[in-house]
Amino acid sequence: MDILHYTEAHHDFRKRLRAFMDREVVPHIDQWEADQGVSREVWRKMGRAGFLCPTLPTAYGGLGGDFRFSVIGIEEISRTNHGGLGAPLHSDIVVPYIMSYGNDVQKQTYLPGCAAGDIVTAVAMTEPGAGSDLSSMTTTAEEDRGQLVINGVKTFISNGILCDLAIVAAKDPHETNPHQAISLYLIEDGTPGFQKGRPLDKMGLHSQDTAELFFSNCRIPAENRLGEKGMGFLMLMDKLQQERLVTAVMGISVAEVMLEWTMRHCKKTTTSAGRPLSRSQAVQFALVEMATEVNLGRTFVDKLVVEHVAGNNVIVETSMAKYWCTELGKRVADRCLDLVGDYGGLEQCPLVRGFRDVRVMSIFAGTNEIMKGIAAKFMGL
Amino acid sequence: MDILTYTEAHHRFRDRLREFCETEIMPHVDQWENDHIVPRKIWQKMGHGGFLCPTLPAAYGGIEGDFIHCLIVTEELSRTMQTGLAAGLHSDVVVPYIESFGSDEQKRKYLPGCVSGDCITAVAMTEPGAGSDVAGMQTTAVEDGDAVVLNGSKTFISNGVICDLVVLAAKDPAVENKHQAVSLYVVEAGTPGFEKGTQLEKMGWHSQDTAELFFTNCRIPKHNRLGEKGAGFFMLMGKLQQERLVCCMGGVVAAERILEYTTAHCRRTTAGGKPLSKSQAVQFALVEMATEAKLGRTFMEKLIAEHMAGENIIVETSMAKYWATDLANRMANRALDIVGEDGARESCLLTRALRDARVMSIFAGTNEIMKGIAAKFMGL
Repeated sequence: MDILHYTEAHHDFRKRLRAFMDREVVPHIDQWEADQGVSREVWRKMGRAGFLCPTLPTAYGGLGGDFRFSVIGIEEISRTNHGGLGAPLHSDIVVPYIMSYGNDVQKQTYLPGCAAGDIVTAVAMTEPGAGSDLSSMTTTAEEDRGQLVINGVKTFISNGILCDLAIVAAKDPHETNPHQAISLYLIEDGTPGFQKGRPLDKMGLHSQDTAELFFSNCRIPAENRLGEKGMGFLMLMDKLQQERLVTAVMGISVAEVMLEWTMRHCKKTTTSAGRPLSRSQAVQFALVEMATEVNLGRTFVDKLVVEHVAGNNVIVETSMAKYWCTELGKRVADRCLDLVGDYGGLEQCPLVRGFRDVRVMSIFAGTNEIMKGIAAKFMGL
Repeated sequence: MDILTYTEAHHRFRDRLREFCETEIMPHVDQWENDHIVPRKIWQKMGHGGFLCPTLPAAYGGIEGDFIHCLIVTEELSRTMQTGLAAGLHSDVVVPYIESFGSDEQKRKYLPGCVSGDCITAVAMTEPGAGSDVAGMQTTAVEDGDAVVLNGSKTFISNGVICDLVVLAAKDPAVENKHQAVSLYVVEAGTPGFEKGTQLEKMGWHSQDTAELFFTNCRIPKHNRLGEKGAGFFMLMGKLQQERLVCCMGGVVAAERILEYTTAHCRRTTAGGKPLSKSQAVQFALVEMATEAKLGRTFMEKLIAEHMAGENIIVETSMAKYWATDLANRMANRALDIVGEDGARESCLLTRALRDARVMSIFAGTNEIMKGIAAKFMGL
């Protein structure tokens, strides 16, 4: 039973994207991992080929597609076994803020570049000391003579080095209600007072240019506010369903990729006894158990994608899927490494990068503990 | 998004059955658990209510429903927290053998009684020493003129005491290929040489009359064979997809019941002046259990839709049987920990739930067998 009902257009998109990945992404990954960042060129190539922001209207250079195109984008990037090219973050998490809350001028100014790959975006919520708990952020935005002055530090910002445009969450220090104090602002790279740090040295996602962003008396025009003043918290909450669903799709996709690789490995690798690893009952049971959980997770995520596309509120289920699928990714990575044995300790084994990269998924986009707290709240516990 | 398409008829069926369970079953469950059997009368009442064999054609008294009706029966009966009235086993596992493989005469003779609850069925595969390994069975069926002579014993047979008709697997000792030796026979209670043992004392399923069955030079007419001679193994294999899907349903709905009960308990029980459900540890446990219940439910519904469409989902069904029954066990255990000392009392439904869940990972092919089947069909 096909839950997602992909159309010909979806299948064609996937086919073209997979070919693109094989040609333009896979050959460069080792270099990008060493460079702690991908090339700007690959963003432009992706954009020119029509693979960025597929859900944007064609008027802005998008495909006018639905969220299923985003799912395909995430899955195909996952297949390349690297986490540097933050296209899903750009297309499915950051740009939707501009599309949903931007005014016409903002949309005209930025969206065509976002779709073309000339404007790489980042979203800056997390601060040192304020991660999943948005209401405790300390970055401020104060009005001054028709302008806004931003002060503060953001950290763990993906696409932090490459980004041309950052959506920054900052609060009005004069507003005492922490939920009504936050607004979102569009800040262009190069704005005086906006500085990027060095790429953070991380356990995983080596090709991802994650960085700190510093704002010191950074003055931006008042019209760079995104949406209504004080609505930042609600805008973030509203978009987090999709962000978490994107993360769930990432979790299940990397689990699938690692399991697929490990199954192939176990079939073609023989033990000292001369038979394939996959003929060992212990290995078979491990593979079946992982495949079972992957099937369960995939079915659940597919159903949520359909619900999300239909505009249903699936906040409880999405929180559940984010935590469960990212935990699954971690479990599968860990268990696959055990099955593969000493080869799995070599950098040349793809599981090594997968293992490293999946680890942070239970932490970002709201930690899995936050997910459980949200689910509990909306379940009325 | 609804994976399964429920009709008005399904909803009405559920409403009627829920009322039936509340009035005809719930008040008697404790008694049945003590008796280690349910009364024959409840089977007949179920039959007269239209709740047995809902998928059978009207010609046999059935309501011509689909597999969603079977799911509804499993769901509603799970609310009664008893296992004695094994309607799912009868309707969805045993009777389909007669419907699919029986001759017109066999169908006319038995199916109306199966629907009305006058003919309660059991299926006898497992033997002492041959459980999930069907090919290892020892019971023999030897043709002698117009009769077939049965010898052997079967064990762990659900509905074993109350059954009126047994679908029996036995092998022809003259056939060497063990997969071609097995045939299925229908054997009526009361046939000379067919004896039922006493109820087995079990860890769980106290209201279920699980028993041993003995066949000693038991002569049945040759035309009591179900389907082709030697095709028994393949008939069993063919029907096991549905049997295992039924077990998956049992596991998922048991998990849902346990979660429902535990959540309600945690909301109304206070500790240190606040409801248990306000404790973060309890909340996380309930959310984790609810997540797994939803994962199981979604996967199950997808498989039901595929099964109804006639698809071969042997790998996924094997996965679902093992995962959902393990889930029920995990849930029962964790629920007991959350509920604490109250959970150890017989008056707490979780006690029975834990006891009853335990065997699910063993019957209908152990969960290890499930993983072996999945591995085989995944080409490992």
